[in-house]
Amino acid sequence: MITKRIIPCLDVKNGRVVKGVNFLGLADVSSPVKLAQFYSECGADELVFYDITASAEGRALFTDILCKVAKTIFIPLTVGGGINTVEDFDRVLKCGADKVSVNSGAIRNPSLIGEAARKYGDQCVVLSVDAKRVDGGFRVFAKGGREDTGIDAIEWIKNGVAAGAGEIVLNSIDTDGVKKGFDLEMLEAVCNVVDVPVIASGGAGCQEDFVTLFKTLPKVDAGLAASIFHFGEVAIPDLKQTLKANGIDVRITQKEG
Amino acid sequence: MIAIIDYGVGNLFSLKSSFAFLGKEVVVTSDPAVLAQADHLILPGVGAFEDAARKLRESGLDRVVLSEAKKGKPLLGICLGMQMLFEKSYEYGEHDGLGLIKGSVKPIRNVISEDLKVPHIGWNALSFRKEKSPLFRYIDEGDFVYFVHSFYGADCDESVIATTEYGATLTAAVASGNVYGTQFHPEKSGQVGLAILRAFCEM
Repeated sequence: MITKRIIPCLDVKNGRVVKGVNFLGLADVSSPVKLAQFYSECGADELVFYDITASAEGRALFTDILCKVAKTIFIPLTVGGGINTVEDFDRVLKCGADKVSVNSGAIRNPSLIGEAARKYGDQCVVLSVDAKRVDGGFRVFAKGGREDTGIDAIEWIKNGVAAGAGEIVLNSIDTDGVKKGFDLEMLEAVCNVVDVPVIASGGAGCQEDFVTLFKTLPKVDAGLAASIFHFGEVAIPDLKQTLKANGIDVRITQKEG
Repeated sequence: MIAIIDYGVGNLFSLKSSFAFLGKEVVVTSDPAVLAQADHLILPGVGAFEDAARKLRESGLDRVVLSEAKKGKPLLGICLGMQMLFEKSYEYGEHDGLGLIKGSVKPIRNVISEDLKVPHIGWNALSFRKEKSPLFRYIDEGDFVYFVHSFYGADCDESVIATTEYGATLTAAVASGNVYGTQFHPEKSGQVGLAILRAFCEM
């Protein structure tokens, strides 16, 4: 059976991984290539790289780094951040990305999803959504969660999938950073309306949060997190063993015995 | 030298990088002379069968692939490249493949239940068929590889060397003499995928 995926997310600025990376025993903790290697060896099922630079210079550096990662790491790579046009898709796919995640770019120009899906296939287009509870509903937020767009998140996701998004990353602003577990209510609302893979993001604080996620919502395909992996609070090999012990299908890479 | 056949479909960056990573001399080419010189051929492919098969035919490279395969040169088709080795595909119509593997390509949807998602995307485990193929000499049964596909190789019992379970038993890899095919992407399957490519290079 297809396995549940565990996905670390790396924020890259000016060619370096930023934000809370604190590994013991890694000499260069901000090197995207070293970190990608580390996670790949740990059994991460996929890596997400977010380009958080705004300058053209930073963007070129990001693309260059992506090429370097893709030359040494042979697991699926998803790239997000600064994806506003089909040309941006082209730029990162040429450097070894397998999937491209759109967020603000799709809010500004919703036709980007369909254009990219027609050119590169649905499986290549990931719709990433930052959502938050407002007035009893779920609302799409832009600009890293600072701006309420007024768009209903469930409708937005439904339309995005209809337009060609092959996968959804749902980041709940309500649970993000709280470390009390994923937003199961919001995730369920999304799983009920789409039939493409849904990746849960925001709120994981410990291994049990992943167990609860996959046990409660078997339709969720993957769990994504950043700081708990970066700070070593959750080690991916241990997490995989815990999930397996709880009857959840995961990919185990380290041979036993 | 390994030659990756470039007929205008798909992104060959990772495939090329994975052979380079293994220390192999690798070229991406559409030049029949280079393909004839190469020791191993890779037939890649993503996207739609009809479009890819047409591009391969229009470039004339279908004849090169067939003649090189008949000479006994090791050939590996990957994903849609594997499907193109088959006699026929029923992906939106009926289309002819290269006919190097007996069988046809059919929709996964026909054989799995409604509650399973298509495409079949993600990491899934391999079960070996018959004797372990030399392609798998460096890996073990149960190892995980990365799949992205909506169609699968059917009616190919005699050529199946590995299967995977996704609501049904699906063809994961085929072989017939010197012709090999993997439905999954070895270039995206971590150490297991690299070990498969290494084994292919040693044929």
